[in-house]
Amino acid sequence: MTATVEKPATPQDRPSLRHRLAERGLDRTIILLLPALLFVLVLFVYPVLYGLQLSFQPKEGGSPFGNYTRFFSDSYLFDTIWITLRLAIPAALINVLASIPIAYRMRGRVRGKRFLTTLFVLPITLGTVLTAEGLLRYLDPTGWFNKVLGLFGVESLRLIHNYTGVLLSLVISGFPFAFLLTLSYLSGIDPTLEQAAATLGADWRRRFRYITLPLLAPGLAITFCLTFVLAFSVFPSAYLVGLPQGETRVMSIAAYEAAFRDFDYPLGSAIAMIMAVVMLVVIGIVLLWRSTLYRGATGGKG
Amino acid sequence: MTVSDVRSASSAKLSLGKWLTWGVVAFFLLNVFALVISVVVNSFSRQWFGTWWPAGLTTSWYATAWHEMNLLDVLLVTLQVSLAVVVLSVVLGVPAAYALARRSFVGKPLVNVLFLLPILMPPMTYGIPLATVLYKFGLAGSMTGVVLANLVPSVPFVILTMTPFIEQIDPKIEAAARMCGARTSAVFGRVLAPLLVPGILAASILVLVRTVGMFELTFLTAGPTSQTLVVSLYEAMFSAGIRAQQSVDAMAVIYTGSMAVLLVIALRFVNPTQLVTRLKEPVT
Repeated sequence: MTATVEKPATPQDRPSLRHRLAERGLDRTIILLLPALLFVLVLFVYPVLYGLQLSFQPKEGGSPFGNYTRFFSDSYLFDTIWITLRLAIPAALINVLASIPIAYRMRGRVRGKRFLTTLFVLPITLGTVLTAEGLLRYLDPTGWFNKVLGLFGVESLRLIHNYTGVLLSLVISGFPFAFLLTLSYLSGIDPTLEQAAATLGADWRRRFRYITLPLLAPGLAITFCLTFVLAFSVFPSAYLVGLPQGETRVMSIAAYEAAFRDFDYPLGSAIAMIMAVVMLVVIGIVLLWRSTLYRGATGGKG
Repeated sequence: MTVSDVRSASSAKLSLGKWLTWGVVAFFLLNVFALVISVVVNSFSRQWFGTWWPAGLTTSWYATAWHEMNLLDVLLVTLQVSLAVVVLSVVLGVPAAYALARRSFVGKPLVNVLFLLPILMPPMTYGIPLATVLYKFGLAGSMTGVVLANLVPSVPFVILTMTPFIEQIDPKIEAAARMCGARTSAVFGRVLAPLLVPGILAASILVLVRTVGMFELTFLTAGPTSQTLVVSLYEAMFSAGIRAQQSVDAMAVIYTGSMAVLLVIALRFVNPTQLVTRLKEPVT
């Protein structure tokens, strides 16, 4: 026993390389992972790194941080951060908070559940572009919505070509998505837990507060993150139903215009990088909060 | 107060909350449908200025849209791109999902993060550098570029949906097949493949829906001959002054119609509430 330890191992004494790798979980099955891994490295990691180094080479030359100092000193560019967050955070909050009560009523067996979920999924088919077109027609001063308001003697509301229009389009395209995710998490929670609480005399409020909500919260955090990402990258609707040079000039518009209208790829990349950082900060805060929550084996954990 | 009193009081509150919830749902759905209908009506209208209903109905705008915007070509491109993306993302993604589901190895958390990032990041953030790189190598502006760009979120998406699906297939089944003398090819072909088909079908339909609806990546990488339907719809809306509004709306209706057909097919195979966790129906 001691002899084999003292003597530097010859191939015969040591388990083969293949065996040692297999002990760490690296056997032939791992080869299956390689094509996808290579693909992500070449078409995701490489472009992002390329964009990162490009952002440090300003078009006009000068300091490598030129693009970043320009972004943070030019209020026309810098304000896009607040404009984007002011749209994305309310939109994500509305979508998540509204889907909780609706999903709560539809968990388990409910009559017409399949029909209702189909109804909720259909708005996803609209996509951002059709939603924009629909909002332009429907909420137009001469559109049906304002005509109905007119019947009740309400002044016609200005709902398009401004902040409200973009927020509405984000809710329409994001809510079905948030709802389906929430319903999915809720359905994953073991219903016997709630039945047990009911047997012990807890009313629905307490059951929701002390059983369902704590189990659902991690899933809600994920839902918030995903709808936030969807809303954060708003692009076509900000152009079409918003005021692209004014109150809905979001970061993606600034990045797109820099890269593909002014052909300043370095500045465009720099804005895209800042966009990614801002988004990761928000998501990081939410996920940090999520890590303090209970994530047991009873589902809803995401 | 007896137990039954408490119960009836709380159920009265419950029903108020219930009506409120369903009221909000109905209001939301009503407005969304009115919004869609107003686009549909406009696409059939001869003229519609500020009245409740258009002056007359016609289908001629569909013909106009079909010819003016080469919709046949656009639809063909959309079909080719989406099918290529679906097939390639399944070919790349399913084996990777199998490896991730069955093995734990050093650096697995890192690999998981790597596969999660392209789904989590907004397409615009990595789309701009990606388009720049694709232009550098002369791939953008062609169908290849559009397919490559769309694969970036699709491959991880297949991995993400397939990994839990494969995890719930009992590895003992494979072990049993091997013990009975099946070779690797037989284990894959006759044991795993039939079990994987429902999952692959679900994942491919979701990828198909995502690709047809994916605006940003296609918009950034497509050239004039490689636009998918959603991008040429955007272009048509963006240059709205040139074309009659009705023909843009006709195009929008065609887009929504094809998406709706896809989604109805998808819902026959995928239960949307089971995307994340498998449903446990209460025992009644």
